[in-house]
Amino acid sequence: MNPMLNLWLIPVLPLAGAAINGFLGKRSSRHAVTTIALFFSGAAFAMALSVVARFSSLTLPYHEYLAHWIRSGTFRVDFAFYLDQLSLVMLLVVTGVGFLIHIYSVGYMWDEPSYYRFFSYLNLFMFFMLTLVLASNYLLMFIGWEGVGLASYLLIGFWFTKDSAASAGKKAFIVNRIGDFGFLIALFLLIKHFGSLNFDQVFQSITPLGAETAGAGLLTTIGILLMVGACGKSAQIPLYIWLPDAMEGPTPVSALIHAATMVTAGVYMVSRSHVIFERAPIALTVVAIIGTLTAFFAATIGVAQTDIKKVLAYSTISQLGYMFMACGVGAFSAGIFHLMTHAFFKGLLFLAAGSVIHAVGGEQDMRKMGGLRTRIPWTFWTMTAGTLAIAGIPGLAGFFSKDEILWRSYQASWAYWLVGLVTAFLTSFYMFRLWFLTFFGEYRGEADAGHGHANHSAHDAHGDHGHGGIHESPKVMVVPLAILAVLSVIGGYVGVPGSLGGNNQFDKFLGPVFDGSAPVNAQNAAVGEKGTPEQETEGNEPKKAASTELMCTAISVVVALLGFGLAWQLYYRNPQLPDKIAASMSGAYQTLLHKYYVDELYGALFVKPLIDGSTRILWQGVDRKIIDAAVNDAGDGAKHVSDIVRHMQSGNIRSYAGWVAAGSAVVIAFMIWMGVR
Amino acid sequence: MVPLSYYLVLSGFLFACGVAGFLIKRNIITIFMSIELMLNGVNLSFVAYAAHWHALSGQVFVFFVMVVAAAEAAVGLAIIIAVYRTRETLNVDQVNLLKL
Repeated sequence: MNPMLNLWLIPVLPLAGAAINGFLGKRSSRHAVTTIALFFSGAAFAMALSVVARFSSLTLPYHEYLAHWIRSGTFRVDFAFYLDQLSLVMLLVVTGVGFLIHIYSVGYMWDEPSYYRFFSYLNLFMFFMLTLVLASNYLLMFIGWEGVGLASYLLIGFWFTKDSAASAGKKAFIVNRIGDFGFLIALFLLIKHFGSLNFDQVFQSITPLGAETAGAGLLTTIGILLMVGACGKSAQIPLYIWLPDAMEGPTPVSALIHAATMVTAGVYMVSRSHVIFERAPIALTVVAIIGTLTAFFAATIGVAQTDIKKVLAYSTISQLGYMFMACGVGAFSAGIFHLMTHAFFKGLLFLAAGSVIHAVGGEQDMRKMGGLRTRIPWTFWTMTAGTLAIAGIPGLAGFFSKDEILWRSYQASWAYWLVGLVTAFLTSFYMFRLWFLTFFGEYRGEADAGHGHANHSAHDAHGDHGHGGIHESPKVMVVPLAILAVLSVIGGYVGVPGSLGGNNQFDKFLGPVFDGSAPVNAQNAAVGEKGTPEQETEGNEPKKAASTELMCTAISVVVALLGFGLAWQLYYRNPQLPDKIAASMSGAYQTLLHKYYVDELYGALFVKPLIDGSTRILWQGVDRKIIDAAVNDAGDGAKHVSDIVRHMQSGNIRSYAGWVAAGSAVVIAFMIWMGVR
Repeated sequence: MVPLSYYLVLSGFLFACGVAGFLIKRNIITIFMSIELMLNGVNLSFVAYAAHWHALSGQVFVFFVMVVAAAEAAVGLAIIIAVYRTRETLNVDQVNLLKL
C-alpha cells in the first residue's frame, strides 16, 4: 500500500501564490509579494523533495485520485495524478529550477512597476507546468499544456505596452495553437479507438499491438499528430518561429519557460507516449528527422545572431532538436537526460545573460559588449561553466547527455550522428563566440552610458537605476547562478555511460518507464530499422561496442574543441576577421542573419494570404457588404419612410382634427360597406 | 309621439355642426364649444334610443358623458387659460410648437 503523498499540493501551492499575488499584490509591498511568491514555489520544491525522500518505498506508478471530471458511459476522465520515475525527474526539474529562477527574478525584476504581476504569472506557470507533468491522463495534461501556453503568452507580453512584445506574445500563442490542433486530434483518435485517455488504460490497450512496420496505420497517425503538438510547444521545425520572438519577455522568463521547462514539455509528452511511438516506426523516424534537422538548422542560425538572447534562443531550439533526435531513435531516457542537464545549463546561461544585460544597462547586442570578464566576475565564471557544459567539454553535464544522444543515434543511423556531430561543432562555436564577444576584448559599448540608454532602458526596465557604470548583479541573482553552475558541472554524473567507467544510473533509473514496452513482433523497431538494439550489442560484442562508443566520445570532444578553437581564432585573436568573412560570403551571411528568411516565407505563404483574404473577403465582402449593409439598409429604410410620414405631424391642431375626421369617415364608410354586404 | 328618426336626424345635424365648427374655427374656445356640441349630439341619440327601446343603459351613458364633459371643461378651460398666458393668443394655428 502506498503512503499518501498529497501530490495535489505540489501544483496547488504555486496556484495559491499566483492567486494571492494576483488579487492582493497590487496593494502589498514588494517584500510581501516576494515572500509569498518564494514561499509557495519553495514549498512546491520542498514537497517534491519529500516525494523523493519517500520514493523508494513507493510501488510505481503511484496514482492519486482527486475528483471525477468527465464520465460518459464507459469513458471517464478524472482529476488524477500519476507519478513514476519520468514524472519525478520532471517534477524535480520544474520545481527546483523554477524555484531558483524565482529567487533570481527578485533581483532582476525589483525595479519593475508591476512586480506583483510578474510573480503572479510566474507562479501560475508553475501550477500549469506541474499539472502537465503530474497528470494521469492526456486531457489533464492538455489542460497543463494549454495553461503553460497561456502563462507563456502573458509573460512574453509582460511589457505589453511595447508593440514588439505584444505581437511576440500573440505569435507564440497562435503558432502554438497549430500544434495544439494536432495534439487534440490525436486525443480524439485515442478516445475513438481506445475509449480512454488515461495513460494506464491507453498504454495497456496498445501494448499487445504489434509495430506498424508494413505502413502507416492508426498508431503512426496518432504519433505524428502528437509530434505536431510537440513541434508547437517545443519549437521544432516547422513551428519553431515563435521561440526567438519570445525573447521579448523578461530574461528570467526566457530561462524558466523558454529554455528550462515549458519548451521541454513536448519531449516529455513524446517520452510519455513512448508506447505509441515504439509501435509506429514511421512516426519515430519523423520525430528523429525533425529533431535532427531542427538541431542543425537552428544551430546555423545561432552562429550569425548578434543579440545575446537570440543566440541562446536558437541554441535552445537546437538542443531541443537533440532531445527529439534521441526520442526518435528510441533513446527516450537519453532525451530526458539531456532535458534535465539542458534545464540546468540553459537556465544558467539565460540567467547569466540576464545578469550581463543587467550589468550593461539593458543592452542585448553582443557587439556592444566585451571585456566584461573582470567587471562582473561572478557572472563570468558561472556563464563559463554553462558554456563549457553546453559545448560538451568532458566532465560537465552537457558532455554526458549529448554524448549519450550522439552514441544512441549513431547506433540507429550514421546520418543522424553526423548531423548531430556537425551541430555539436556549431554549438561549441556559437557558444564560445558569445563567450568571447561578451567577456573578452575591449568594452565596445558607450563609455559609462550603462544605465541611461534611451532606446533600451525600457527593455528590461533598468533605466531608472540611480547609479551608472557596469556592476555585478546583487547576491539574490548571483546565488541562483552559482547553484545552477554547480548543477551544470556535476549534473551529468548521474548518467556516466559504461564506456567511461560509469553504469549510467539515470538510464537505469528511468528503465522501468521505458523498458519492456517495445512491441513483441519487432524488437528492432524501437531503434529504427538500420540500428542494432543495444542489449544485443552489449550481449554479443560488449568490448567492440564500448570501444566504438569511446571513439564517438573522442570525436565529439575533438569537435567541441574545434568549435572552441575556431571561436578563439575568430573572436579573440583576430576580432576583425569575422567581418571580413561575412563580407566575402555576404549571401550566406545575410541568409543566416535573416534566419533563412523563414519568417518572411511564412509571412508570404500564410500570414499575408490570411490577412488579405480576411480583409478582402471577410471584412470588405461579408462583413461590410452583407452584415453591415443589412443593418444599415434597414436603418436607412426606416429613415426614408419616416421622412415622408413625419409631414403629417405639422403641429397644426386643425390639420390633426382633419386627419381624425378623415380617419373616422373612412372607418364609418368601411363599416357601412361591410353592413351593406 | 315623435318618431325616432327625427331625433336621430337632429342628433346627426348637431354632431355635423360640431365637426364643422371644430374643423373650420380657429378660436380655441369656439373649438371647445364645438366639441361640447358633438358630445351633446351623441347624448341626444343615446336618450332617443333609450326611450325607444325602453332601456335605461342609454340614459346611464348620458350621465357618464356629462360627467366627463364637465371634467373636460374644467381641465380644458384651465389649459386654455395657461396657453393664453404664455402665447397671448387663442388662435390654434399659432399654437403649433408640438411638431417635429
